[in-house]
Amino acid sequence: MEAIKQFFSGLSWEQEFVIFTTLKVCIVLFGAVLPIVAYAVLVERKVSAWIQDRVGPNRATPFFVKYLPVVGPILVRLGIFHPLADGLKSFLKEDFTPAHVRKVYFWIAPAIAVVPAMLALAVIPFGSKLGDQKMVIADLNVGILFTFGIISLGVYGLVLAGYASNSKFSFLGGIRSSAQMISYEIAMGMSVIPIFMLVGDLNLSKVIAYQADGAWLVFKQPIAFVIFLVAAFAETNRLPFDLPEAETELVGGYHTEYSSMKFALFFIGEYTAMIAASAMMVVLFFGGWTLPFAGLNESATTFAMGLAHIGIFVSKMLFLMVVFIWVRWMLPRFRYDQLMDLGWRRFVPLALVNIVLTAVVLWALHPK
Amino acid sequence: MIVKRANLTLWERLFLPTLLGGLQVTGKHFIRTVFGGKAVTMQYPEQKWVVPEGYRGAPYLVRDQAGDTKCVSCQLCEFVCPPKAIKIIPPGDSSLKADRANAEKTPKEFEINMLRCIFCGFCQEVCPEEAIFLQRDYSLTGETRDEMIYNKEKLLALGGTHAGVQKWKQKLEEAKGQETFPVKD
Amino acid sequence: MENVLFYIFAALTLLFAFLCVANPFSRNPVTSAMFLVLTMISMAGLFVLLQAFFLAAVQILVYAGAVMVLFLFVIMLLDIKEEERRRFSRFSIALGGVSVIGLGFILFKTIRESKAGEGLKLVAVKGSDTAALGKALFTQYLLPFEIVSVLLLVAMVGVILLSKKDLK
Repeated sequence: MEAIKQFFSGLSWEQEFVIFTTLKVCIVLFGAVLPIVAYAVLVERKVSAWIQDRVGPNRATPFFVKYLPVVGPILVRLGIFHPLADGLKSFLKEDFTPAHVRKVYFWIAPAIAVVPAMLALAVIPFGSKLGDQKMVIADLNVGILFTFGIISLGVYGLVLAGYASNSKFSFLGGIRSSAQMISYEIAMGMSVIPIFMLVGDLNLSKVIAYQADGAWLVFKQPIAFVIFLVAAFAETNRLPFDLPEAETELVGGYHTEYSSMKFALFFIGEYTAMIAASAMMVVLFFGGWTLPFAGLNESATTFAMGLAHIGIFVSKMLFLMVVFIWVRWMLPRFRYDQLMDLGWRRFVPLALVNIVLTAVVLWALHPK
Repeated sequence: MIVKRANLTLWERLFLPTLLGGLQVTGKHFIRTVFGGKAVTMQYPEQKWVVPEGYRGAPYLVRDQAGDTKCVSCQLCEFVCPPKAIKIIPPGDSSLKADRANAEKTPKEFEINMLRCIFCGFCQEVCPEEAIFLQRDYSLTGETRDEMIYNKEKLLALGGTHAGVQKWKQKLEEAKGQETFPVKD
Repeated sequence: MENVLFYIFAALTLLFAFLCVANPFSRNPVTSAMFLVLTMISMAGLFVLLQAFFLAAVQILVYAGAVMVLFLFVIMLLDIKEEERRRFSRFSIALGGVSVIGLGFILFKTIRESKAGEGLKLVAVKGSDTAALGKALFTQYLLPFEIVSVLLLVAMVGVILLSKKDLK
């Protein structure tokens, strides 16, 4: 322990920064995001089964289950081991490249679909402090703009996949996704402007601090929250807005021609985008890692409290992810013109009205 | 008939009623399945579906009550079979004799390829001797393709005895009841 | 460290920009568009090195994320095979030459007249602060800002007018 402390005190500021950032990236990505993605798929399957009067996945039984007397069968019935089997299956499947595809784009498209979603998580404060380290990978001053910028790059994965596959279903999926994501990006971007008018800063840590002092922004800006929520569904291509991969019309949409791990990467990308959207909503509207009682609003001073803050953040985020999953089995898919109508003719004007309203109220409360 | 679509009211256009309705329906099913144990799923290999009487599964050959083969090798079923799953080798010049008195022939070999069979029931419909019936087996498995070609012995063993109308016995009685008796005893 | 990063990003920007306009391996317009996206992103990297985080984020958000997606959208709906066959005409080479000379002249003049390091000081004071940027846009540079807005409005009205089938 002493040796470790000595080692860290001997480091320069840059060296410490590099070491801790790498650590945070590895832990967040491999310790949190990928397991959450794997188990979000399981929750999706289970929730869909339960809503449709089925039992859902309950078969995968690894060899060590027989050594777990009571817990083992329960875990098997809950399908806890299915994500492991799914992952293994993805790796072992034949990676088939059809002869008619544009090879270069066909290979890089899945990667482009995953990377932006993961990068967007970099600026999200997922806890207050552990020791001296702030629990955010990059505490940028323009955090929100960074997230929007990076998320807007995610569309390239889908568009290129559609283009590279050289098949009409994929192509239509790619075209649809580009139009849809651009449309809803505008509504989404405008919906958060009132928040920054209230907070007066683009840094996400400041947004949380603002909410810790007063009420959560979901109560102060309900319209903004509704627009952001719906736009988040559209941005992550989730039902009721999953037109780019509408199974009934486009077979599989942009990933029709993909198999094996490349297909799995699109899946990971979609769920990571869902995590990023949920995390953004927690930070912007639900007070981030704070809770308005038991002194949890303050930045952590002890290690246990730091962990508690991370726990609060993750539970809020998981709750929103269940909302994402639940809505999928609740609403039918929108028609394409309805989708565009909702985005451009309902939400964009509504967001503008919301901005003006917030400005008027702010001006009335704090005239200069 | 033209049904005029009513315009939505403002309240309906907010999507809120549909959202709440959806939440109510899905929530009800969720709670009923998780806490009420009302899932409709059948755990297949352990629990098996009880097939109702008259289910039309795999076609098998049947014997009559006397235990004789009913098939007379007319090959109508082979002809009508849409996926060409049935293959019949007629007796030809061989000394193979039919089991029962009113039949001239019996098939030397009768094969149904269960990998091809689509359980359509045309063979049962077309059979003049009521010798082939779709029975209650629906899940046929095997480890090789050859294993899935059922031969005459297997089909007869699986088909069992048909307990229904005995066509030729009835014909005989009908004939005996007539004034001029055309059939020799 | 920052110098090294500057050279890396500058080299990448130039390389991608070159591949965008004159790719020796492929004459596919989609490839050109993708290299243009990469050019935008590496330019955002240069903005970050100048401490202009807001500009960097907006560069990615607007150009790489929105404008280029629309470019791709349009390119994909065109007949790409015909584009691939098309060769340079003398007129377009002459036009390109004129633009290069004009732009080069402006660039040369600006570089000669500016003092090294002066602009960076200004950015360090104002550029990273979004509020200061907003204030500058709406006070000092209000007229150009409004003119650009009107220009965009005119373009928008024009598009609607052109795409409308029957005018009543």
